[in-house]
Amino acid sequence: MYKILSKEKLTPVIDCLKVEAPAIAKKARAGQFVIIRIDEVGERVPLTLADWDAAAGTITLVAMEIGASTCKLGGLQTGGSILNLVGPLGLPSEIEKFGTVVCVGGGVGIAPVHPIARSLRQAGNKVISIIGARNKDLLFWEDKMRLVSDELIVTTDDGSYARKGLVTEPLKEILEREKVARVVAIGPAIMMKFCSLTTKPFNVPTVVSLNSIMVDGTGMCGCCRLSVGGQTRFACVDGPEFDGHQVDWDIVFDRQKVYLKEEKEALDRWKECQCQKS
Amino acid sequence: MEEKPKAKINLNRVAMPHQDPKARAKNYSEVALGYTDAMALEEASRCIQCPKRPCVGGCPVNVDIPEFIKAVRDNDMVEAVRVLKSKNALPAVCGRVCPQETQCEQVCTLAKKQAPIAIGRLERYVADWDLGHQDKRSPTVLPPPTGKKVAVIGSGPAGLTCAADLAKFGHKVTVYEALHTAGGVLMYGIPEFRLPKKIVQSEVDYVKSLGVDVQLDSVMGKLATVDELLESGYDAVFLGTGAGLPMFLDIPGENLNGVYSANEYLTRTNLMKAYLFPEYDTPIKIGKRVAVIGGGNVAMDSARCALRLGADVVYIVYRRSRTEMPARHEEVENAEEEGIVFKMLTNPKQILGDDKGWVKAMECYEMELGEPDASGRRRPIVKQGSEFTMDVDVVVIALGTTPNPLIASTTKGLDTTKRGTVVADEQSGKTVKDRVWAGGDVVTGAATVISAMGAGKRAAASIDAFLKGQ
Ligand SMILES: Cc1cc2nc3c(=O)[nH]c(=O)nc-3n(C[C@H](O)[C@H](O)[C@H](O)COP(=O)(O)OP(=O)(O)OC[C@H]3O[C@@H](n4cnc5c(N)ncnc54)[C@H](O)[C@@H]3O)c2cc1C
Ligand code: FES
Repeated sequence: MYKILSKEKLTPVIDCLKVEAPAIAKKARAGQFVIIRIDEVGERVPLTLADWDAAAGTITLVAMEIGASTCKLGGLQTGGSILNLVGPLGLPSEIEKFGTVVCVGGGVGIAPVHPIARSLRQAGNKVISIIGARNKDLLFWEDKMRLVSDELIVTTDDGSYARKGLVTEPLKEILEREKVARVVAIGPAIMMKFCSLTTKPFNVPTVVSLNSIMVDGTGMCGCCRLSVGGQTRFACVDGPEFDGHQVDWDIVFDRQKVYLKEEKEALDRWKECQCQKS
Repeated sequence: MEEKPKAKINLNRVAMPHQDPKARAKNYSEVALGYTDAMALEEASRCIQCPKRPCVGGCPVNVDIPEFIKAVRDNDMVEAVRVLKSKNALPAVCGRVCPQETQCEQVCTLAKKQAPIAIGRLERYVADWDLGHQDKRSPTVLPPPTGKKVAVIGSGPAGLTCAADLAKFGHKVTVYEALHTAGGVLMYGIPEFRLPKKIVQSEVDYVKSLGVDVQLDSVMGKLATVDELLESGYDAVFLGTGAGLPMFLDIPGENLNGVYSANEYLTRTNLMKAYLFPEYDTPIKIGKRVAVIGGGNVAMDSARCALRLGADVVYIVYRRSRTEMPARHEEVENAEEEGIVFKMLTNPKQILGDDKGWVKAMECYEMELGEPDASGRRRPIVKQGSEFTMDVDVVVIALGTTPNPLIASTTKGLDTTKRGTVVADEQSGKTVKDRVWAGGDVVTGAATVISAMGAGKRAAASIDAFLKGQ
């Protein structure tokens, strides 16, 4: 049992949980993830670390309520607990002094991009961050991102807040404007794909973080496999970060859809249970 | 002296009662029901108690088989349990899953007459009696604590056995397990209908009752390295991490939706209970026409799970012939009875997908057998121009596994082979690294429960000798 020390809603559908996990907090590095199983009937869900505090022995997880498991997570409260929590998994982000780095966070991807931007800045990079969401209500951590960035650009798809448009537009402008050594893009797969396409003509190395469907997270099942540079790789042990220019995005999109039908069934069932409870 | 009339040798092996094939193909209850008292007595009485005792040598951990069988015949169950458990820590498991036909039963004197004693079934009978009569168990008396600490990584049969023995020697043991449940393959791989999880759990509980601390959710190499464990106060470390890395075929179409490694298919089904979806949250794609590639226990288990999940047709696709299949004979028979279709001498060429990225068919070659290869089995060769297509919507690849490199890649001074196995002394399990032992599948590559258990036992003895000599 892992205790939830605090739980807050960052937006109506995005939850932030601080969980007691001293051993994981001691080892965690930017870019790594954990796998949670909420209760006895729960599935194993990978979540990229949004933050951690080795001294306090805590980790911070951010999740958007899109499926039955994330809705269940959103229903947990301060003082409650998560049955299983394992990590830190995956390889940490490469943190070096590259020069100017652009960090792009889309939607709930803003959370995992934050510690990476912070580490990159600490390593002496000039960090330009772009965060975007569909609308104002889905945007969070603007203040936290501003603190770890030399420059911050905020976009919303519908223009309900800050600049109207997609994150790829300011990304392209920056690439045209100045020499960028590296781009880190985390968010929906479609966003990561288009960020990679945007940086390709500029030949700027682009790192994406692929949150594949997983079971064990230790390389045991191959459920998280994808194709990078023509080779099969496991997101949980070879990633989660990969070269965005080498990723076969069609396979990423296809594999995300494996359980669409079942996920909907589970979500409907969860909602029904909630209605009966209230 | 008057000569005793020679007892007539009974060659009628008592059959194992089974659930009806039609019914069981739709449920997850155990297939083999176990001997009744009368059946056990009858089978035990067939043993001629021959002085040569070849069965003992055929058993990887040298259980005193004639003695426990004699105790069954004498209706002294407490004694039968004592004899069995003095060598085998997991008899309820081994009685169910050991390949007896290539071990003890193969060399039984009555095997020459095609009627070896059903040693595995008797072992299961004794072990199940023990589970049902825990009150008759004499409590394990632990020696005074030695003050030594050992970390065991992995909670499969190798790790559990090693931990139990070390605890009985008086050492303080912590088992670290990556998954959320202890038991290794016994929990996540072998299905409920062949090895009820209740039985594995009671073995885990027994190990805990000896004072062993089991830490779940602990991926070692990530959470802490072996060196960090040794620096943080453990006097020795045992690696029992198994061979959990799935092999793929490396053919076109392998990343299509609907293609699973057997590990994923079985883990979803058994560990995550996808067969109870949506009551349990983990889904699995229910195929109508499922092809399982491989001929071992893992392939049989996957095929029989597919059937129980609701498939109309399940194929075992194997590139050699029936006689070369490495699976336990009993499971091959069970699978066949349940209606699994065996496509022998068949090897996949590619998996074909529809326009949405889902499996729709598999193209295969017909094979023929050539000269024996290094394994002594006849090498399968492709018949040129023999390609044909099978309509399938789920493909499960059960080709075998290799050890996970996580520990080896994060531990300085550990020796590994090209196949990724950890090098350790066969007898003691000692690796070339100071204070580190290893055993089970991580050393041998995918093998058997009994060999993993034996390795765990031998390593515990060696670790104990080392700690006491310190
Ligand atoms: C589907 C299937 C069916 C089988 N059927 C039979 C059968 O009928 N008869 C038979 O004799 N054998 C059978 N086997 C083989 C048998 O199960 C194995 O040989 C045996 O379990 C090996 O035991 P082990 O303790 O070495 O490893 P495992 O049982 O594999 O256990 C290793 C444990 O270590 C954990 N681990 C791995 N890495 C780490 C890490 N870094 N940190 C912490 N923990 C870690 C794993 O999660 C796992 O729980 C079967 C195997 C499979 C997969
Ligand atoms: S999640 Fe199982 S191998 Fe990556």
